[in-house]
This record gives sequence, C-alpha cells and structure tokens, in this order.
Amino acid sequence: MSATDPRRDERASTPGARRRPGIRPARRSASRDRRRTLGRLWALGTGRFGIAVVAVVVLTALLSLVWTPFDPAAVDVRARWEGPSWPHLLGTEDNGRDILSLLMAGARTTVLVAVGAGLVATVVGLGLAALGALTPRWVREGVAVLVDILIAFPVLIIAMMISAVWGGSLWVVVWSVGIGFGVNIARVTRPELRRVLHSDFVLAGRASGLTGAQNLRRHLLPNVAPVFIVQLSWGMAVAVLAEAGLSYLGFGAPITQPSWGVLLSDLQSYIAVHPLTVVWPGLAITLTVLGLNLLGDALREASDPTLMPRTRAARTPVPEVIA
Amino acid sequence: MIRYALTRLGLLVLGLAVASVLIFVSLRVLPGDVAQLIAGTESTPAQVEALRESLGLNTPLPVQYLDWVGGLLRGDLGTSLLTGAPVAAELGDKAQVTVPLGIMSLLVALVIGVPFGVLSAIRRGRADGTAVGVGAQALAAVPVVWAGMMLVVVFAVWLGWLPPQGFPRSGWADPAAALRALVLPALTIGVVEGAMLLRFVRSATLQAIGQDYVRTAAAKGLTRTRALLTHGLPNVGLSVITVLGLQIAGIVVGAVVIEQLFTLPGVGRMLVTDVATRDLPKVQGELLALTGFVLVVGFLVDLVHRLIDPRQREAS
Repeated sequence: MSATDPRRDERASTPGARRRPGIRPARRSASRDRRRTLGRLWALGTGRFGIAVVAVVVLTALLSLVWTPFDPAAVDVRARWEGPSWPHLLGTEDNGRDILSLLMAGARTTVLVAVGAGLVATVVGLGLAALGALTPRWVREGVAVLVDILIAFPVLIIAMMISAVWGGSLWVVVWSVGIGFGVNIARVTRPELRRVLHSDFVLAGRASGLTGAQNLRRHLLPNVAPVFIVQLSWGMAVAVLAEAGLSYLGFGAPITQPSWGVLLSDLQSYIAVHPLTVVWPGLAITLTVLGLNLLGDALREASDPTLMPRTRAARTPVPEVIA
Repeated sequence: MIRYALTRLGLLVLGLAVASVLIFVSLRVLPGDVAQLIAGTESTPAQVEALRESLGLNTPLPVQYLDWVGGLLRGDLGTSLLTGAPVAAELGDKAQVTVPLGIMSLLVALVIGVPFGVLSAIRRGRADGTAVGVGAQALAAVPVVWAGMMLVVVFAVWLGWLPPQGFPRSGWADPAAALRALVLPALTIGVVEGAMLLRFVRSATLQAIGQDYVRTAAAKGLTRTRALLTHGLPNVGLSVITVLGLQIAGIVVGAVVIEQLFTLPGVGRMLVTDVATRDLPKVQGELLALTGFVLVVGFLVDLVHRLIDPRQREAS
C-alpha cells in the first residue's frame, strides 16, 4: 500500500524540486487526494467489509504463529470427528486434529500465497506495462500484441505447465497466478500509463527539470496506482482461489502444510458422513475471496473520479502545476 | 469486414505460434534434462541415453520443435510416453465427456446469469434486486471445488436424486445415465460461472438503463420496462457475447477441477493425471489443444461480435 501512503511524498521530494514553486501545490494536492480516497473507501460499506476481512485473515495468520487453540499437527485418535463443541469449537477431523487450529494455521498459507502472487504480478504487470508504454514504437506494439496473446492463457493452464516440470508446490500457485494475473495488470495499466504519459503535468514536470526516473516516480506511478491497486486486489482473490483449486488437484501446498485447500481435499473423502466439516474451510476461502473482491470494487469506486463529480476538479492537476 | 477477419486470423495464428513455442520451451528447455526427469533418479545412464534417443532429444531443439509442429499440422498431437498411444485419439475419446459437460455448464450459466442479471439491475435498490446482486457477489467468490462438494452433499447424499460421482462405463450408450452423471458437475461449474456472468450482465444493463435512447423511448410513451427490453437489451446481449469467450475459458478451467471431483473420464482429468505422472509429450499435446481451443473460441467470439454489431460493421 506504499503508493497510497501520504508520507511517500516527502521522501520522494528532492531539494531541487522543492525550490520550484510550480510543483509543490500539485504534490500536496495528490497527497490530499489520496487521503480522501482512503476516506471514501472506508465510507463505502463494501470497502469496510473488504478491509475488515483482510485484517482478520492477516491477524489470524500472525496470531497462529504464537497461539492456536490446539497444535494444528497434533493427532488425537480419541477425539476423531468431534462435532462443534467445547473445546473443539469447529470440531475435529479424521486424525482428531482441531479444525479451528488447522484453519488458523492455514491462514498463513493463504497470506503467503496472496502476497507472493501479488509481488510477482506487480513485477510482471508493471514491467510489461512499462515496456508496452515507454519503449520505442516497435517494441511497444510487439509487447502489446504479446500481452493480448498471453491473456488467453488461463492461470490453471500456466499452473499445469509449471507443475508438469517442477512438480507441485506453493511456488506453482505463486508463479502461475503472478504471471497470469500480471498479464492482466499489464493490459489494464498500459493504456493508463500512456494516457498519463501524454498529460500536461508530465510534460510540465519534464520542463521543470525532472529526470525520467523522477518523473516516473512522482507523476506516472502515483497516477496509475489507483488502477493498479484495484487489479492487485482482484489478483490476490484469484490467488486464494487458485491455492484451493491447485492444492485440491495435488499441485499446490504439500499435504503436510496446513492450508485451506489441502484441508478441503482431505475432508472431501468424508463428505457423505461428516458434511459439516467441509463447510468451514470452504467458508474461510469464500469470505477471504469475497473480501478481496469487494475491496477491489470499493477501491475502484473510491478512486474513480467520474463517479464523484465534485472531486473531479480536484483530481485534475493541470492548472495547479502551471499556476 | 473481410480485412478485419484476416487481421484477426493473423493474430490467431500468431497466438497459436506463441502458445506452441511457450509450451514447447517451458516443457523441454527449462528443466534441463527431460530424459533424466522422466526416467527418475534411480535410472542408469544407459537407460537415460536410450530414452533420450527414443524421444528424439539428441537432435537440435529447433529441429525438435519443427518436428512437433509438423506433426501438429498433420493432426498428430504426439504419443504417450507411458502407453505409446496417440494423444489425439485419446483426446477425442475424452472430449465426449468434456464437450457435453461444457455445453451443459454454459447453458446453466446463461440461464442463471442473463435473466437474473437483468432482474437485479431493473430492481436495483429494492430487496429482491439487492438480494440477487449480493448473492451473485458471494457465489462468484466460492471455490468451484467447494461448490461441487456442497451440491454433492445436498443432491446426492441427502436427497439422493443424483449420483455423487462417476460416469457410466458404457458411456453414451446409455444416454439417460450419462446425462444424469453430468447434471451435478454441470450445475457446479454453471452456478459459479453464472454468478460471474450475472455481475457482468447486471452492470451492462445498468449502463443500458442510463442511456439517452432508453430514456427517449420511455419519454415517447413506452413503459420503462418495454423501453429497456426493446432498446436496451440488444446492447446488453452484445456485451454478453464479448464475455462469452472468457466464460468458455472459465468453463474449461472449471472442468479440469470438477472432473477430478466427480471422477469423470474427461479431458481435464486426463491432463491432471498426465501432469501428475509427468507424461510430458502427452501434457505438451493436451496443453496446446486446450490453449488452442481457448484461442479459437476468442477468435470466433470476436468475429461474431463484429458481424452482429452494426456500429462495428460500419467502422470497418
């Protein structure tokens, strides 16, 4: 979230730029604008729900590092298939392991996969978008066609390619979603980057002596950030779903690792006898994905100037820079 | 139109070429020694060498690639490493399960997505419209495996209406039994894909409601519903066609997971098994067939869209 952090502006500013009177108001306005976006995000019910779900999952993952009700790996044959009751709040599974503890420990895997896939998608997506927007024309067009082709590759097909060669592991999920969704990000971010590139404030920045890198950091990235963050949120939702699907197929998390997808496939053999147990990991995945999806929707709504006519003027930085 | 079709065809061919190179390269070049990988860690060097010879791995890579592509153009997708059987024949065999499954899933998705999407847009702000919208949002977040398990619990375990898994060994010789076996899997994929389609139809309809021509039609005396039905919905239909390609890709992916859950002898299950046993030549053929299918569907969807959208026709 560092792109939405208002403090970034202070770090990004250089003494040279500070002396130029034309640039400061624009910068301050951008920071105010971002804070306003966060406020609007919280004001939306979906935004609040998304933030709450993500916070709960991350905090649960952290908590599970130091405390879970039971040891998630502890086998207790006397406590097999206990229903939801004290002390096993969500019951136990075939080996007598506590399902709540397994879910809590599984949140770690979910967070790891989502963050890992998000990082890869960021590098792939922004890299391809930059290649497709900032390079000479023939490279640019080539990259655009390549992205159009790559977008037809479903994440699962990429995952199959990777696991056929390297075997299954969480890396399969991270790389397949990272690459698959990174292409998506590139496709959405590239036109945005080109639009911003031709805007007056970038030109003004260049005219007032910013180098290419400074311009990229100060004007280009902050302006494509809203589009990018929305995509990232949706991409992480895809990662959580892919973890479940691929772990179920045996190409994701190893069966020894606590993970919602592994738990789901473990319990599948017993659904005829103990249908309730399957509900919990499925609910955990669904809620997390729903939270990330809604967070993405809310981010888009909060940062879309066309949905808020009054803020539109504030978002158009051109007059401020030139003034 | 013809110029557009040719350009688009060129892009399709380019796409297939890129796909074949990517699949070939990632399955052969990256891991180092394929023969060693296939033979396993306990093989003798002589065995590995024999395997390398039989796979044609001693020829230069571009030659191997051209060999493979040459075979593809003659309809030869390669042969299985383990059984020596041709991949194309087996693929055709398994498609008899996957293609009907895919068509049924698509029908379910359309039946759920289109009417309920329009409804939730028209009734926006009221209890029923909101409920449908929220339900779709939640359903679209459900992992398809879990949706399948829940449907099995309800319809196979509790109600006992449908078989929980499996496909009749006699195949389509017993059409009723075969169809019954495909109902739950198709419902699973269709519900999840339908929820995504619903969200799309909903926003397309909302957009149509806001259009000037719908408002004008209403001002000229049509009821709002009629105005939307006659002037708005054709445009919704057009945008549905554009997502149809994505939907079909989603169904292909869903089939890979769901065929495993319901132990259906389809293309997806075949791919999962071959990836697990590392039958690389076979995986290579199957992956190209699946991506090729997705690319061709995308091509056809674009062409159809171009054909029936008058604005696009005039533009060319």
